[in-house]
Amino acid sequence: MQLGRVIGTVVATMKYEGLEGVKLLIVQPLDRHLDPEGRPVVAADGVHMAGPGELIYFVGSREAAQALPETFVPVDHAIVGIADAVDELSPGSGS
Amino acid sequence: MKVGRVVGTVVSTINSPVFDGRKLLLCDLLGTDGEATGGYVIAVDAVDAGAGEVVLILDEGTGARQIVQQDPAPIRAMVVGVVDEMMVDGASVITPGM
Repeated sequence: MQLGRVIGTVVATMKYEGLEGVKLLIVQPLDRHLDPEGRPVVAADGVHMAGPGELIYFVGSREAAQALPETFVPVDHAIVGIADAVDELSPGSGS
Repeated sequence: MKVGRVVGTVVSTINSPVFDGRKLLLCDLLGTDGEATGGYVIAVDAVDAGAGEVVLILDEGTGARQIVQQDPAPIRAMVVGVVDEMMVDGASVITPGM
C-alpha cells in the first residue's frame, strides 16, 4: 500500500456493471515524507468516507476490487484507509 | 518477496475491516547493497517487527489473505519475517545485530 492525498472527485454516469454507486476519487500518490510522487490516479473509495484533502492509503492491482462490496469489478486502485497520522520511528524507540 | 527497513507506522481509525487491530508498518525498500532504494511500502505486521529492523515483505495478495484468513480482503503487503543477515555475491550486506 502507498500513501496518497485525495485531490479531487470523478463523476461517471455510465460505468461497467458492478461499479454503480462506487465513489471515484483522484488520488495524488505521496512519498513517505508526504511529498507528491508520480502522477495522480483515479481510485475507488473503499472506506466510503474519504474526501478531498484527506491523507489516505490505497492498494493497487487486483486487491483494489476486494475493498468494494462487489469484489469482481474492474478497479485498479482503491482507498482502504484514512491515515490519522504517519509516525516516523527512530531505531530502538521500542514501539 | 522484498527486503525493507521499518521506518514508521501509519495510524488509522477509518479503514477496511481487514485492518482492524493490525499494525501498519511504513517500510523503506532496500536494494542488494542494503541501502534504501527510495521506494517504500505500507505493510501489515504479521511478526511483531520493531523500528529500524530489516524485514521480509510479502507483496502478494493471495498469500496475505491466507495469513489473515479473510477472503476477499483488500490486502497485499505483509511483513512476514525479520532479516538477521543478507549476503550478496559473497559479501554480507545485512549483518546480525545491525
